Amino acid sequence: MKSNFFRGISHGIPIALGYLSVSFGFGISAVRSGLSVFEASAISATNLTSAGQAAGIDIIAAGGTILEMILVQLTINIRYSLMALSLSQKLDKKFTTPHRLVASYGITDEIFAVCSAQPNMLVPSYMYGMIFIAAVGWILGTFLGASAGQILPESVSSAMGIVLYGMFLAIIIPPAKKQKSVLCAVTIAAALSLIFKYFLTFISSGFAVIICAVVASAVCALLFPVEETEEAEQ
Amino acid sequence: MSVAVYIIVMAGVTYIIRMVPFTFFKKKIKSRFISSFLKYIPYAVLSAMTIPAIFYSTGNIATAAVGTLIAVVLAFFDLPLIVVALSASLAAFITGIFI
Repeated sequence: MKSNFFRGISHGIPIALGYLSVSFGFGISAVRSGLSVFEASAISATNLTSAGQAAGIDIIAAGGTILEMILVQLTINIRYSLMALSLSQKLDKKFTTPHRLVASYGITDEIFAVCSAQPNMLVPSYMYGMIFIAAVGWILGTFLGASAGQILPESVSSAMGIVLYGMFLAIIIPPAKKQKSVLCAVTIAAALSLIFKYFLTFISSGFAVIICAVVASAVCALLFPVEETEEAEQ
Repeated sequence: MSVAVYIIVMAGVTYIIRMVPFTFFKKKIKSRFISSFLKYIPYAVLSAMTIPAIFYSTGNIATAAVGTLIAVVLAFFDLPLIVVALSASLAAFITGIFI
């Protein structure tokens, strides 16, 4: 139990470091939008998501309606539903309903990515360790950014912007190198994402990610269905 | 409107999106297509989120491209996540000094 918690923490440290830098930027922009340090930190503590929070503070600053807030959060964050569904297939028997209700809080892009790359079934204490350290990084970064945003030189804070993407590459490249099916999914998703970014610009980035991922995964599921034996192992 | 109301709504919607599939989906999926689909989803999501966004992540395409190159090479040789992530950032920072 204890060792799983600490294993989760150690796997979560790169996530926490990445979050520290990203949420630092969020803290700066939240204060610029007129929020207090406490409000900025409260948003990070309750939402634990980057794109949704960034869109959220824009709506607060513009005095938008609650309906607008709901629709924007749904659109940007609906990808978490797919991730949650995918992770639900990897949960150990120890994951009872109360544990699921708690761990749901921490399904972020990065935690999802690291958890789904684990060879074993997931136990609650492992996820709690990872969520705990990641949330500490996310909230602390927001607090620091909101209270002292101007301290870091621009050259350092802008270079930190690439940290999480570097981590994403470190997650997708090794399996793509070994499995043709994963390489196929990654390539199709990237190609579609480029099309959305440069040609279908009227589609929001949240929706674009969903469409890219669904199309790429469906094509690869048809071309490279998982073997029965592989399923039994999982 | 009070900022607290906005924050509660944001947090509530985001939590429900995560919680409903995670909590209420307890069956093992039997369809071979759907289990294959869910196997590929993580990689496809991360790929779509990274490309082309990574090239805009530092505010300068040149520094981001160098950082990306370093990340791709190190990831190709199976280096740990944190090494890949911080090396990409360091490479972008050093490139930034020279341009």
